[in-house]
Amino acid sequence: MTFEIETPNAEACANCPAHNANHLLKLGVDMEDWDFVVALAGNPNTGKSTVFNALTGLRQHTGNWPGKTVTRAEGGFDFDGQRFKLVDLPGTYSLLSTTLDEEIARDFILFGRPDVTVVVVDATRLERNLNLVLQVLEITDRAIVCLNLMDEARRHGLQVDERRLARDLGIPVVPTAARYGEGLSDLLPAISQVASGQLRCCPHRVRSQSSDLSGAVRQLTAQIEAVFPGLPNARWVALRLLDGDGCVATALRKGELGALA
Amino acid sequence: MSENNLEAVLANAETLRWQVGSDFHERLVEAIYADAARIADRAVTRPQQRPRFDLDRTLDRLVTSRAFGFPLMLLMLTVVFWVTIAGANVPSSMLATLLLDKLHPLLKTGVASIGVPWWLDGFLIDGVYLAMGWVMSVMLPPMAIFFPLFTLLEDFGYLPRVAFNLDNIFRKSGAHGKQALSMAMGWGCNAAGVIAARIIDSPRERLIAIITNNFALCNGRWPTQILVATVFVGTLVPAHLGGLISALAVVAIAVLGVGLTFAVSWGLSRTVLKGEVSTFSLELPPYRPPRIWQTIYTSIIDRTMFVLWRAILWAAPAGALIWISSNWFIGELSLAEHLVTVLDPFGLLLGLNGVILMAYILAIPANEIVIPTILMLTVLSARMASVGAGAGVMFELDSFGGTLAVFNEGGWTLLTAINLMLFSLIHNPCSTTIHTIYKETGSAKWTLVSALLPVAMGLAATFLVAQLWRLFGGEG
Repeated sequence: MTFEIETPNAEACANCPAHNANHLLKLGVDMEDWDFVVALAGNPNTGKSTVFNALTGLRQHTGNWPGKTVTRAEGGFDFDGQRFKLVDLPGTYSLLSTTLDEEIARDFILFGRPDVTVVVVDATRLERNLNLVLQVLEITDRAIVCLNLMDEARRHGLQVDERRLARDLGIPVVPTAARYGEGLSDLLPAISQVASGQLRCCPHRVRSQSSDLSGAVRQLTAQIEAVFPGLPNARWVALRLLDGDGCVATALRKGELGALA
Repeated sequence: MSENNLEAVLANAETLRWQVGSDFHERLVEAIYADAARIADRAVTRPQQRPRFDLDRTLDRLVTSRAFGFPLMLLMLTVVFWVTIAGANVPSSMLATLLLDKLHPLLKTGVASIGVPWWLDGFLIDGVYLAMGWVMSVMLPPMAIFFPLFTLLEDFGYLPRVAFNLDNIFRKSGAHGKQALSMAMGWGCNAAGVIAARIIDSPRERLIAIITNNFALCNGRWPTQILVATVFVGTLVPAHLGGLISALAVVAIAVLGVGLTFAVSWGLSRTVLKGEVSTFSLELPPYRPPRIWQTIYTSIIDRTMFVLWRAILWAAPAGALIWISSNWFIGELSLAEHLVTVLDPFGLLLGLNGVILMAYILAIPANEIVIPTILMLTVLSARMASVGAGAGVMFELDSFGGTLAVFNEGGWTLLTAINLMLFSLIHNPCSTTIHTIYKETGSAKWTLVSALLPVAMGLAATFLVAQLWRLFGGEG
């Protein structure tokens, strides 16, 4: 292909449902009856399933990721006249390893381009959970932290300043105790606002420690942005290429990543 | 975007990779963690002093301790079994009364009034409907209790501790620690246990878990175990101890099943499934008070109904076959009686009899049908025309005394009872499970192994026990 498709307003494309529908179909998610797709990520044992069940109630079913033996739960809910499809990603501690669960979670966030990614975080183990949050923020801009297990935190006497956390992370942070239904009424509007683009996130980007590293990253990022203008996570792609990630290189060659631009 | 630009990017990336060094990954991860620590530190304020009594830690010290861990697990197992058995009694007999005593005759008269030929009516009502009715009344109540109980334990957070306790033994047997969890699921239903083996990543260890899952006594086999234990073993001791002894006998069989799981895993990992034991890190989640009503509701829909539906689906053709083989006469005797006579010598060699073997062949689809089929066939072969609803119709007697009388007429001894309990533990999985194994493994070879290995072992075990029993002058 030697012609370029002009995308003057890449952001409008990014928010358009038709833009993602094909990618999502390949990942096994059919968006015909839905307005927005929401991905639910998080460490294991953070109450992700509780949040999922609380949001979808009985409107859910379990199946498999296409071609894999990992189960996937899918459900839906309505809010404010819009229909949201909720996809439960496998619980993972990080997105950098190559286990099947992490591959599935990462692929969905990367190629499926959900309108919002909700990362369920255990308030009593914030530091470890933030590892995943920061990695998700490298891939996508539109994320929300669901600070779950607030009842456990209270039980242990921990206090979490969610405002400071939100300011540091650059994305909305909603404290919840999903077992008891607390905080879900705040979570829904946050999801809706981020999905519709009403709320713009300025996510925190991990700062590299050494200067030679950041120099290389900057240079490669600039080059990628030149070749694929409008690619929202060029910096992440650069980091992956420098890490020697074969999957990302293949995806670039096959044009799958480029098509997201 | 042209190809050249893309290749240039990738080439540049390669060059830069040499520059940044091989520890790029570590430094990246370190950077992420450093940021995470910094952000968390700013957001979280810890209490001035930690709470003095930490319930979670104390419970864990108890539950995973070397002294109390195993006894506690045995205790939980006994409690779960006992609650399921005791709790399922009344609903089971109620369902049996409704579906079999009331609806069955209604259906017969209803169908007779339409003028349906005897063979179709018998085939459909006495064969297919009865089999499905039996499966429902025998299977539904215990599963409706066991699965929620199990899910409650899961919700509470106890099961990872079980996996933790058993992990060492599994590792020494060459298997994966998570097999403890799929084994525990297998106590509800082996098909569910096989699906649960998905949590094991390594294909070799998943296969071991699938093949050995059969040694977990599934819900369909408990009625057999309980009935035989109560009628034969329980009557050996004074009446007031009868219930306890029978329960302990069943627990003993279950524990034997666990032992066999370890032994066969060990055997498999030394012979056909050799390989490295993979490590896994198990996070012991905090204990959480289980949400009782939600759990009961979701587990009934997800697990109970789903498994029950499959069982009914497989029981229908089985019922039809039973009816056909008992009502198709070749000469003086029905096909079933012919087969029983043929199988008798082999059966006696194993300390069982032809009736039991025939029943097991017919009951491949669902283990629940074993006892009713045995009773029906025993009555047939002993020619007790007065008992039950007639030839070729499955039934179950309400009183243990009546059942004992039927067994005695069929020439049963204590050896028969013990070997039946053994064989019920160690025989082929039911057809639902075999089908599930095929779908999970995608391999006909391993499905065959999973199906045939337990049978071979069961035949060997019963044979050995029978010989030893007779050698020591036992009656049988």
